[in-house]
Amino acid sequence: MATWTWFHRLASPPHVYAFAQRWTRWFGGFAAVAMIVALVGGLVLAPPDYQQKDAFRMVYVHAPTAWLSLMIYTTMAVAAAVALIWRMKVAHAAAAACAPVGAWFTVVALGTGMLWGKPMWGAYWVWDPRLTSELILLFLYLGYMGLRAGIEDPSKADRASAVLAVVGVVNVPIIKYSVEWWNSLHQTPTVMQLGKPKMDFDMLWPLLLMFLAFALYFIAVLLTRLRAELLRRERNASWVREVVT
Amino acid sequence: MLRVAGLHLWRGDRHVLRGVSFEGTAGQCVLLTGRNGAGKTSLIRVIAGLLDAEEGEVSWRGAPVRRRVHDFHAELAYLGHEPPLKGDLTSRENLRFSVGIRRQVSGEEIDAALSRTGAHGFADRPVRTLSAGQRRRVALAGVLLANAVLWLLDEPTTNLDSDGQQLVAELIGEQLARQGLVVAAVHHALEVAGPVLKLELGTA
Amino acid sequence: MRTSAINAARLVALRDLRLAFRKPSQLVQPLMFFIIVATLFPLTLTPEMSRLRDAAPGVLWIGALLSSLLALEFLFREDAVDGTLEQFALSGQSLTWMLFAKTCTHWLLTGAPLALAAPVAAAALGVPADAMWGVVASLALGSFAMSLVGAIGAGLTLGARRGGVLLSLLTLPLTVPILIFGADATELAISGADFSAPMYLLGAIAVLGVTLAPLAAAAAVRIGLE
Repeated sequence: MATWTWFHRLASPPHVYAFAQRWTRWFGGFAAVAMIVALVGGLVLAPPDYQQKDAFRMVYVHAPTAWLSLMIYTTMAVAAAVALIWRMKVAHAAAAACAPVGAWFTVVALGTGMLWGKPMWGAYWVWDPRLTSELILLFLYLGYMGLRAGIEDPSKADRASAVLAVVGVVNVPIIKYSVEWWNSLHQTPTVMQLGKPKMDFDMLWPLLLMFLAFALYFIAVLLTRLRAELLRRERNASWVREVVT
Repeated sequence: MLRVAGLHLWRGDRHVLRGVSFEGTAGQCVLLTGRNGAGKTSLIRVIAGLLDAEEGEVSWRGAPVRRRVHDFHAELAYLGHEPPLKGDLTSRENLRFSVGIRRQVSGEEIDAALSRTGAHGFADRPVRTLSAGQRRRVALAGVLLANAVLWLLDEPTTNLDSDGQQLVAELIGEQLARQGLVVAAVHHALEVAGPVLKLELGTA
Repeated sequence: MRTSAINAARLVALRDLRLAFRKPSQLVQPLMFFIIVATLFPLTLTPEMSRLRDAAPGVLWIGALLSSLLALEFLFREDAVDGTLEQFALSGQSLTWMLFAKTCTHWLLTGAPLALAAPVAAAALGVPADAMWGVVASLALGSFAMSLVGAIGAGLTLGARRGGVLLSLLTLPLTVPILIFGADATELAISGADFSAPMYLLGAIAVLGVTLAPLAAAAAVRIGLE
């Protein structure tokens, strides 16, 4: 059955490697094009915001990276669940490849958030609920990577961190909700949410394009890291020898 | 009764089990021999279901173990390198709990098992005050009490004197006479009364 | 006759209780830790009662969290080392139930005493007497939820190096909701207001923990036992 063959190919390291090798440059290329167009649209073409003036332009980097940091964690957890249920080595490799990328996206989101916060609130950090949730997400990523690093046996490390990823993804909505709750209890007048300002189309389309650009970029980076992971994990297999020579 | 087919196991980069296959029938003792690191412990753990082999299958009474793990475990008694005993409890208390979570067991049965393995004399002392050999005798009593059909023993004679080693051989013989099956990893050959299948690991 | 899953879990709980009372000095340690930590806050902040009272929820909850993390290390570790955890996995009984029993017993021995002793620390932080019931209730429920979540981390770090620090790093982000709702409940109790809303939320987390955490812990323990 066609779908079954597809599923089997998905589980086979040499097939996935070949797929990744073919398609990475396309994802990367489209990502670059989209990002350039979106940046021109957002930084040059879009008019300054009524309230925030030019400071709002930080949204073009902050919002996509924040959204992606969450999406990547979800992807990691899905890969982990697939790996646990169907015992797929490739899925474990994919989860491992996602983690550092997701962590970096979180760092960029936090950094751009802080840079945006300075003109908005006058301070780099005011415990805004979204940034606080983002910080906790970073801790979740670091915990995942720490667990992987802390277990010697690679197969055990894969599976233990997979359980952690699944537990984490269940917790993320709860954590977000609780941080919102916490923030609403202690409303101070100076706290302003890092919300997207009211956007008309001229401001909106570059933002949507940036989301797409970052998503494509993530896929390109993931495929590259995945290739490296597969080569490392399967280094004794015959297909690796053929690929390398 | 127990069928092991084509087991392959990797520990990191090491190919520990290479296509191990054998069949154990009721009343038989399977002795696993081999150097240190040959995979005896790994094989026992794979059969017990503690470790998952990358390839191959373990079947019990015709059905793959993976599907009915709890039922399989109910018929299995496993003894690893360390006797599974809590140091702060007495031998009697240890057995009451460890056997009790499997089946209802009476004080008399515990007494009988401790007497059989020569552990009756120190049954009411905390286990941490016992020597390694004494602890192993208590652990053997636990194996007896499990009323299990399949015994998986990893180096059962460790820390035992010659009397103790003879005890292990006798216990295995009695289990075979009850139509049970024993799979034991051993360093030196064990003189067992009954049909024996020797499997050497780490070769080829 | 084969023991039922509930009876097996009951036996596990009884065993753990008996073991704990053979070493009573170890029972007191997490409690002492909590008291000491609560004492350190005034030393590092201020002896002014009104300001301490403002900080009391934070102090009590951080103290409870740290004490809980310290105690969590021993939830599975000893049993993993002496091979009894392995025997649980091989007993033909539900490992999930047995680990749930262990977690509940662990809470009875560490979290519950902490909640009961909290009024002592709370009084030292300027909390009024009529708020004590709220302090105890919120800490009791919260520490129970923390034990459940912590059991997952304890299972995952069984085979890891530097397990203790890693356990803390893994568990802390997951306990954020418990801390937020719990501290809010304590805060409301201290100011004499109705604290039922955060308590319900805390209860919801505890219920979620009861249903899911033992499953995750059992999966983690099986991986760690390999």
